[in-house]
Amino acid sequence: MTFFYLAPWIVFFPVIGLLLNLIFGDWFSEKVIGTIASLASGLAFVVSALLVFSLTQHPDVVRWTLGEWIHIGTLQLDWTFRVDTLSTTMMLVVSGVGTLIHIYAIGYMHEDVRFKSDLKRFRRFFVFLNLFIAAMMILVSGDSYLMLFVGWEGVGLCSFLLIGFWYEMDTLGRPSWANSNAAKKAMIANRIGDFGFLIASFLMFWGFGSLQFDQVFQQAPAIAASNPGLITAITLFLLIGVTGKSAQIPLFVWLPDAMAGPTPVSALIHAATMVTAGVYLVTRSAALYVTVPAAQFIVALVGAVTALFAATIAVGQYDIKKVLAYSTISQLGFMVAGVGMGAFAAGMFHLVTHAFFKALLFLSAGSIILGMERGHHHLAHIHHEEKGKKKEEKSHSGAHEEVFDPGDMRNMGGLRKTMPVTFWLYLIGTLALAGIWPFAGFWSKDEILANAFSQGFTAIYWLLTIAAFFTAFYMGRQIWMVFFGEPRHEAAAHAEESPKVITVPLMVLAALSVLGGALNYPGVDTLSNWLENTVQFIKPIEFQMNVALISTGLALIAILISWFLYGRKPLKAGEIDPLKKMLGPIFTGMERKWFVDELYWAVFLDRYVDVSHFLADVIDWKFWHDWFHEKVIAGTYNWLSNIALNRYVDQLGIDAFFNGIGEWTKETASGLRRFQNGFVRSYALFVLLGVVAILGYLIFK
Amino acid sequence: MVPVTDYVALSAILFTIGALGVLIRRNPLIIFMSIELMLNAANLAIVAFTRVRIVLEGQIFVFFVMTVAAAEVAVGLALIVAIFRTKHSINIDDMNNLKG
Amino acid sequence: MNAELITFIILAIIAIAAALGMLFSQSAIYSALFLVLNFGTVAVFYILLNAPFIAMAQVSVYAGAIMVLFLFVIMLLGTELLPPSKALPWQRPLAIFLAVILFGESIYLLFIRNVTTGDVPQPVETFGSPQAVGQALFTSYLLPFEITSVLLLIAMVGAIVLTIREKGK
Repeated sequence: MTFFYLAPWIVFFPVIGLLLNLIFGDWFSEKVIGTIASLASGLAFVVSALLVFSLTQHPDVVRWTLGEWIHIGTLQLDWTFRVDTLSTTMMLVVSGVGTLIHIYAIGYMHEDVRFKSDLKRFRRFFVFLNLFIAAMMILVSGDSYLMLFVGWEGVGLCSFLLIGFWYEMDTLGRPSWANSNAAKKAMIANRIGDFGFLIASFLMFWGFGSLQFDQVFQQAPAIAASNPGLITAITLFLLIGVTGKSAQIPLFVWLPDAMAGPTPVSALIHAATMVTAGVYLVTRSAALYVTVPAAQFIVALVGAVTALFAATIAVGQYDIKKVLAYSTISQLGFMVAGVGMGAFAAGMFHLVTHAFFKALLFLSAGSIILGMERGHHHLAHIHHEEKGKKKEEKSHSGAHEEVFDPGDMRNMGGLRKTMPVTFWLYLIGTLALAGIWPFAGFWSKDEILANAFSQGFTAIYWLLTIAAFFTAFYMGRQIWMVFFGEPRHEAAAHAEESPKVITVPLMVLAALSVLGGALNYPGVDTLSNWLENTVQFIKPIEFQMNVALISTGLALIAILISWFLYGRKPLKAGEIDPLKKMLGPIFTGMERKWFVDELYWAVFLDRYVDVSHFLADVIDWKFWHDWFHEKVIAGTYNWLSNIALNRYVDQLGIDAFFNGIGEWTKETASGLRRFQNGFVRSYALFVLLGVVAILGYLIFK
Repeated sequence: MVPVTDYVALSAILFTIGALGVLIRRNPLIIFMSIELMLNAANLAIVAFTRVRIVLEGQIFVFFVMTVAAAEVAVGLALIVAIFRTKHSINIDDMNNLKG
Repeated sequence: MNAELITFIILAIIAIAAALGMLFSQSAIYSALFLVLNFGTVAVFYILLNAPFIAMAQVSVYAGAIMVLFLFVIMLLGTELLPPSKALPWQRPLAIFLAVILFGESIYLLFIRNVTTGDVPQPVETFGSPQAVGQALFTSYLLPFEITSVLLLIAMVGAIVLTIREKGK
């Protein structure tokens, strides 16, 4: 029996979860909030599993329409859920890993809100997490490029919200713009990618007349024959979207800064799911990419170069999460290179295994950070008790004497003894990432390398192989620095192990990292066959022993070198990294991310700030306000009223006229007054004068 | 009969002399007498014209003029006496209190 | 040239001379007496103009009553010589000038324009006699006559009021 009618519940369950927490969250305890959220994600996983089960019986694609959306002219799009093998693979990964991370986050956020002293924010985190699951589900189950884009933007929004979760502080809890700046950076870099995606969809609608997957892919060969330039343009613009979302060159700069968010966020969004949306997009658009081999090669090259570039940066990082962030960028480069070469199954396989062990690594790193924080607070309590005897008052919730970074590997060391469970889990994740047999990473990474080798992409093969070498090296470096040697800080010495709610999900992920290779053993090719139902361009290849030997050998050599540098003579507190002494300026370049951020600021962002300063200060203030409004408008008005009307018309015109009349009256009166001299004789004279005048007039009339 | 023109001319001469007296002399009594001279000259002219026109009304009119002149002289002289009592001067230029 | 004309000319000269004498005389008494002479001559003119009643009235009222009154007041007020006037120096020449013009205008009217010409008819004997005047006065003009008497009463009262001295002043 089939369960395809359950398709919309993959989105509805997380939405219901987030609405429950949003509306009633104030009255729930932390356990209830976390349970509701995890349950929502878990039920979405159950539905995904049921859909997979249904597809085994009915392998063809099923499209379940929820409702009409856009019906304008020739654009006909609906809210349609697409259930096929590719989308269900993604659904399983997202909801499965997502649920484990939800459970982990209950324990993690319980401690984090206490470290940052804001218990009210617990609920907000789970609301955002459920929102993310809902948006990601829309992305992977969308039946058209536009519905995919809705989910694409949604996860971008959730990324912004969750990176800037502690928006008023930086990672160490001090009041700062750092976290919100990181969220902004993620949003803006993603936006640039979204712009590329939009241009691609515009071109697609213009050329193909539709955005729905089936209609586009059916027309692809015909249009590729008549107008290959169009498809090249579409695929390259889609690549821009991929570089934004999946953090490739040149838009990868947001992902390391995104480590400012809490660790569950880093694990879920920036390791397992959101960043893989780009890989999913390319795989989904396989029908378009296979028609333009030139664009495919560019995709593969971008992926390979990014893989190597990020791996070199990871070597020089000191923050535990930053190493993992650059490692994520590097592994995403592997995936993008894989799907760029046409090895869609290999890329998706690596996506799935990477989700397992990268989530494991990130969550274990979170466990380590919490352990360091616990140790630090333990210290503060001890100090407080000691100094309490000397009657010194000290507040200890977040306001310690020194600035302590719990994620800095230079403060760690010897955690193997104090946090053994976390150590073993981390070790499993590292081995999986480094590609050591028989862990999951070996199988998936190897398949990509074998594809590169057998299809003749020599440059890409060597780029990826060297990147794999570096991968093993920096993970080894991390293991020796964190877990071996002596603690380099008091906090590390007092670190405590994490509770079960944190370690149990990790154990599940560790098991998947060990056994995950079984998904696509060469020869058995379970995943390849599964995906072939949807992506018809899968070509499973046979196992290449020499590739496997080279990659494993290089990985082991890398681990040996790292032991040589970091494990044999463990670092003491305050000691400089030995690699720095060896490589000098090269190490500085690695440490400083090859100055990419500085380059972007100097070339683009400072110019933008200059333009906006110019517009604000010069155009808006000096021109509009100071000159136009003050001088022209206000000045003219003032001139008009004060000078023209007041002075000339009123004072000199009207007032002068009436004052003049008064003056004239006065002058006349004072002149005429002289006739009244009181002398009768003169009066009589004037009478006679009048008589003479009248008589004269009458005579001579 | 003497032409009436001559009588009227004589009347004009007397009238002019009377007017001149009103204007030039400063003694109010002389001025008053000049006014009586003017009245007299006018009477003469009226009687002359009455003789020409042979209507008696002219003479009646002259009769009344004389009566009124008499009354006027009485009152006017009383006025002058009254003024003299306060001002103790008969110079008409000293009576300029209505000066504006 | 008949006796009437000669009489007229001689009397006219006397009248004008008396008037001028009144005008230029320094003493007020002399002015009054000159005016009396003038009134006398004018009375003779009235006789010549067939107005005997008016002539007698002139002599008795004007020369007899009015001038006597004048002489009384002149004697009451004194006839001191007034010093030459300091005020209104411009008035005397201008007055003379205007008087001359006035005279010129009237002469112009009389002799150049000839407003009075034509034959003069001869009246009846009783024209202007007291009977005739009395007849007209007491029949046609009775009302003005009676009002005139009231007027004289008023003048009398007025003269008394103006010059009365309150008791104790």
